[in-house]
Amino acid sequence: MTDLTPSQTVGPFLHIVLPWADGPFAASPDTPDAIAIDGRVTDGAGAVVPDAIIETWQTPADQRGFARCPTDDDGWYRIITVRPPPEPDRDANVEAPHVDVSVFARGLLRRLVTRIYFPDATENAADPVLAGVDPARRGTLVAAAVDGGYRFDIRLQGDGETVFFDV
Amino acid sequence: MNLRPGRDGWEKTLFERAPDGVHPPVSYPAYRSNLLRSPRQPLVLLPQNLTEVTAPVFGADRLGPNDDDLTRQFDGEPLGQRIIMHGRVREADGRPVPHTLVEIWQANAAGRYRHANDNWPAPLDPNFAGAGRTITDADGRYTFTTIQPGAYPWGNHPNAWRPAHIHFSLFGRAFTQRLVTQMYFPGDPLLPYDPIYNSIPDQKARERLIARFDLDRTKPDWALAYEFDIVLRGTPFESADHHD
Repeated sequence: MTDLTPSQTVGPFLHIVLPWADGPFAASPDTPDAIAIDGRVTDGAGAVVPDAIIETWQTPADQRGFARCPTDDDGWYRIITVRPPPEPDRDANVEAPHVDVSVFARGLLRRLVTRIYFPDATENAADPVLAGVDPARRGTLVAAAVDGGYRFDIRLQGDGETVFFDV
Repeated sequence: MNLRPGRDGWEKTLFERAPDGVHPPVSYPAYRSNLLRSPRQPLVLLPQNLTEVTAPVFGADRLGPNDDDLTRQFDGEPLGQRIIMHGRVREADGRPVPHTLVEIWQANAAGRYRHANDNWPAPLDPNFAGAGRTITDADGRYTFTTIQPGAYPWGNHPNAWRPAHIHFSLFGRAFTQRLVTQMYFPGDPLLPYDPIYNSIPDQKARERLIARFDLDRTKPDWALAYEFDIVLRGTPFESADHHD
């Protein structure tokens, strides 16, 4: 029996309930090693997407591990977290440190899933998920180091389109 | 608040994918906002590992007073038909999803959202915000008291109207189960014309988004009632001893 409930778009009015005052904090900003990850969401014409909401999840969740942040008028989101450790996968490979990301927006009838990897993680070279991605597109999954944290842009469509996953 | 999802034995947990036709396609140009926002490259298969089979756990501290009664969030009562919205959150194999956060949002009785970007000329209701939150009980059940939302026009195509609907957001117990959807009302004449509803390829799946009128749960002399069950992905491959 698989009477699964279908997905529908989050629509343009998600701000009525989804953003939380503490939403962007997967970890307390007072945590030693707290980092900010921010970025811009753009569409196939290069226009900013001002009505998306980005959610992140990572393990282990010593703190909340989950963050959500709506994009602002210029398409920016920003979350505070800590860098997760590498974790073993089902086949005893090691997954490099990563943060899972859900993207919801008007126009998207189902969520888009991507991952944030860290540019200076030596484990990236052997990460089984990155290895399965076209090398020419792999870079879209790796954040850029910036002052105070990382930048991870999300391009929904077109040039430099972010790799999205079927989970 | 329990912040730490169980990770022991996570390797036993594998969520079954949705059959074709249940979810809308990534690309669906009849919904105009989809045109420039849907990826053109095929999705890459992501294996389910620790991050994918775990999820945040939210407790009652996420809820405010009257978050589950949208008719009592202000000093006065909102206009419109009172309704009880209730249902059960389960997985595909039937097991309930207990203690999971359910968030809803909706337009008021006139079809207007309390949102800066909704400016069509229908009245706002000073006594209605349209925001609700609750947590399912041990059997996966949830209940909201709210008012029947109105239909409203939108710019997708000439004379486009959204059928009355309530937005639902669910977390489940794993990242793979995260679901945002919309619930519709039985007999709504706008459903055949709505590209968002009709983006779901399988008709039976589509109809699962239509709530059932529930006479048994009406409150006499007070409110009508609708039942809307939600089914998230299940783990049919999990060993039976893991089910209790």
